[in-house]
Amino acid sequence: MDMNQYLEIFIEETKEHLQSMNQALLQMEKHPGDKAMLNEIFRVAHTLKGMAGTMGFSKLAKLTHEMENVLHALRSGEMDITPDLVDILFECLDILEKYLNTIISTGGEGNEEFSGMLRTLNEIKSARTPAAEPSAGTPAVEVEKAVAEESRTASFQINQYEQNAINKATEMGMNAFKITVFLNKGCVLKSARAFIIFQALERHSEIIKSVPKVEDIEDEKFDFEFTVVVVSREDSVIFDRELNSIAEVERAEIISLNAEALKEASARGETLGGVKPGLERGDEAGPESIQESEGVKVLTTSRPKTGKTVRVDIDRLDVLMNLVSELIISKTKLAGLDDIVRSQKFTEEVEYLERITTNLHDAVMKVRMVPVETVFNRFPRMIRDTAKELGKAINLHMSGEETELDRTVIDEIGEPLIHLLRNSADHGIESADTRKKAGKPETGNIYLRAYQSGNNVIIEVEDDGKGIDLEKTKRKAIEKGLINSQVAENLSKKDIISFLFRPSFSTADKVTDLSGRGVGLDVVKTKIEALGGVIDVETEYGKGTKTVIRLPLTLAIIQALLVYIGEEKYAIPLSNVHKIEYISPGDVKFVQQQEVILFRNTVVPIIRLGEVLEVRREEGKKPKQLTVVIIKKGDRLSGFIVDSLIGQQEIVIKSLGKLLMNIKVIAGATILGDGNVALILDVNSLA
Amino acid sequence: MDESANSNVKQFVVFKLGKEEYGFDIQRVTIIERMMKITRVPKTPPYIKGVINLRGEIIPIMDLRERFRMPSAIETDDTRIVIIKIDEVSLGLIVDEIMQTLQLTEDSIENITNLGEHAFVDYIIGVGKHEGRIITLLNPEKILSLAD
Repeated sequence: MDMNQYLEIFIEETKEHLQSMNQALLQMEKHPGDKAMLNEIFRVAHTLKGMAGTMGFSKLAKLTHEMENVLHALRSGEMDITPDLVDILFECLDILEKYLNTIISTGGEGNEEFSGMLRTLNEIKSARTPAAEPSAGTPAVEVEKAVAEESRTASFQINQYEQNAINKATEMGMNAFKITVFLNKGCVLKSARAFIIFQALERHSEIIKSVPKVEDIEDEKFDFEFTVVVVSREDSVIFDRELNSIAEVERAEIISLNAEALKEASARGETLGGVKPGLERGDEAGPESIQESEGVKVLTTSRPKTGKTVRVDIDRLDVLMNLVSELIISKTKLAGLDDIVRSQKFTEEVEYLERITTNLHDAVMKVRMVPVETVFNRFPRMIRDTAKELGKAINLHMSGEETELDRTVIDEIGEPLIHLLRNSADHGIESADTRKKAGKPETGNIYLRAYQSGNNVIIEVEDDGKGIDLEKTKRKAIEKGLINSQVAENLSKKDIISFLFRPSFSTADKVTDLSGRGVGLDVVKTKIEALGGVIDVETEYGKGTKTVIRLPLTLAIIQALLVYIGEEKYAIPLSNVHKIEYISPGDVKFVQQQEVILFRNTVVPIIRLGEVLEVRREEGKKPKQLTVVIIKKGDRLSGFIVDSLIGQQEIVIKSLGKLLMNIKVIAGATILGDGNVALILDVNSLA
Repeated sequence: MDESANSNVKQFVVFKLGKEEYGFDIQRVTIIERMMKITRVPKTPPYIKGVINLRGEIIPIMDLRERFRMPSAIETDDTRIVIIKIDEVSLGLIVDEIMQTLQLTEDSIENITNLGEHAFVDYIIGVGKHEGRIITLLNPEKILSLAD
């Protein structure tokens, strides 16, 4: 067994544990009296200690051990939870995260000792609770112990071959022991722990039998106990000492396999039986075990059900996704074949295939969906720290954490959200004094909401702070030479807000550590748009700001409108298509040299895609009718003039690759039914 | 084939551009394809001809003649696309004709720092000599960065 294979599990589980510790700490800070949270933190610290010990991360184990001591004192009421103490626990959490990150990047826990923190924890403990020196066997574990007590030892039978080995060993003056090891119920990496125990035993003895089998133990196919038969030159004391020095071993029963010990065992009426008197030295008997297999079976059924989830490497999902994409392309090809005879049966089958592929696609997409919670859960801590730093009182209200998004979106959405939340905390929420004067409650509120709306997921960041001073923004825009003061007069609220998304545009008077360097919103916008999303800001001066991010549910496969521009085929994401209009060339008007049309009484700028995309075309042909695809981007409309429509189709988005990544007007490519490539227009940069 | 065991021997894919012969280290060549339909990509340099679909993968295509400022050629039955790949980035290169794969010993490869101020001298690792032929050996890494 190689420890490395457990490293991944360790990392994943530690991540989860740290996350729950984080949540519990935040809860505990709000409700210091909440014993449940304290217990949760204690449980996590305890589990982490065990896991770290198993993996040989001694520094991590040491820190969690010290934490555990302090937490134990808290639980037993020997000290009270103070804000300072919570801060220290948060710091501990940060250190644990640092350890974890080092482990992730290097595979080892690194050399950093954080001895300052260890000392602090020690001081806290010794200052208040000289008497309390809790061992690993804390109450939480004691309960578990009671449960462990009840569990059965699997019936145990020694077959002839094994018995011969024992006989031979005893003849050579060696001792044979049957050792049953009970692991702590909280033990997480059972098989790794068992591995360590096996190693310890093998240092002093030879293992001749194991129940369950070693392979099963390696696969964690056992409860919290296993039994081995060993032969050794050593005394049982050695084993007792060795086993009890291994963490997470609850207890070990060591029975000498000689007549006396057996008698004793049966006298105590233990279920350890099964070791029949026939075992006695020199006796030939001992039929092949029947009981053993039964015992194993019982063990199997009594094993607690493992969860119904499976961890899957994201790369594997990507492979699956690619295969589904290929299947969809192939299906589209099949449906589009024209030089074949189409019987009704063929059409039916193709339709059926179409349904299956669509369902398959949905299913795979669902597998890739991750709740936004995985991103959201770090925000409460962040807002807490930010608020402390700024000396403001801020409450973060989150809702819709269960809303799901594609994995790729989840990975990218964190950073923009951090930006927006920090903006709200730093620029939005006023200081307590200012709020009081403005007649607002002293504690500021930031709302982070996620919900699904049609084929989009909406994420909103809203604060009840001071809002954006649009006049100031306008002045700044003039100052920076983005507009002249005359134009500024006629700007709508929306237009002014759009300045905020320009690169290097910050209205903050002073640059703080958190924000105001003017590298904020434009980065956010770029990122969101790269994800195929749209961002909008609503603000009311004095009342607050709300940023709305609209993201597509899926990224890889979308519905698209295919169009001809000249001889070339292009795809426009259907989610951006508002309507299709046919107009005569005379309907095109000009406003400040910009071509526009009137669409339901609104002025809509039009873009001649053929020109923008430099499509070569035959001269002289003037169409009598123009096809305008009305594109919706946020609240804004614009019209794309195309030559003709091909139709709606499900397309698989493919990247153009690193070399061609920076072409603004193209969002990607897709493979059409005929195997040719069509480019997908980047509506955000065109419209 | 004793030579192949020799570490001083390198294999090259030799192709023609006009009258000149060029070579790529065979390690960098993924596959050689017949000419196929190329989808033009707007807003790219003229030597980028567009992209193709190679079994589900989108691969950009460069016209090597145009890149080396040679007069462009008419597509023939011999025209091929040589796909090269470095660090997961693939690029297809249009060449006039594939000649062969050739083993060259290190001795028969000459550095050409003395070729003067040729604009593309950077993109050449050396010149291979084989039975009186002269083969310009290209540096695929450089060609890939050229596409930027």
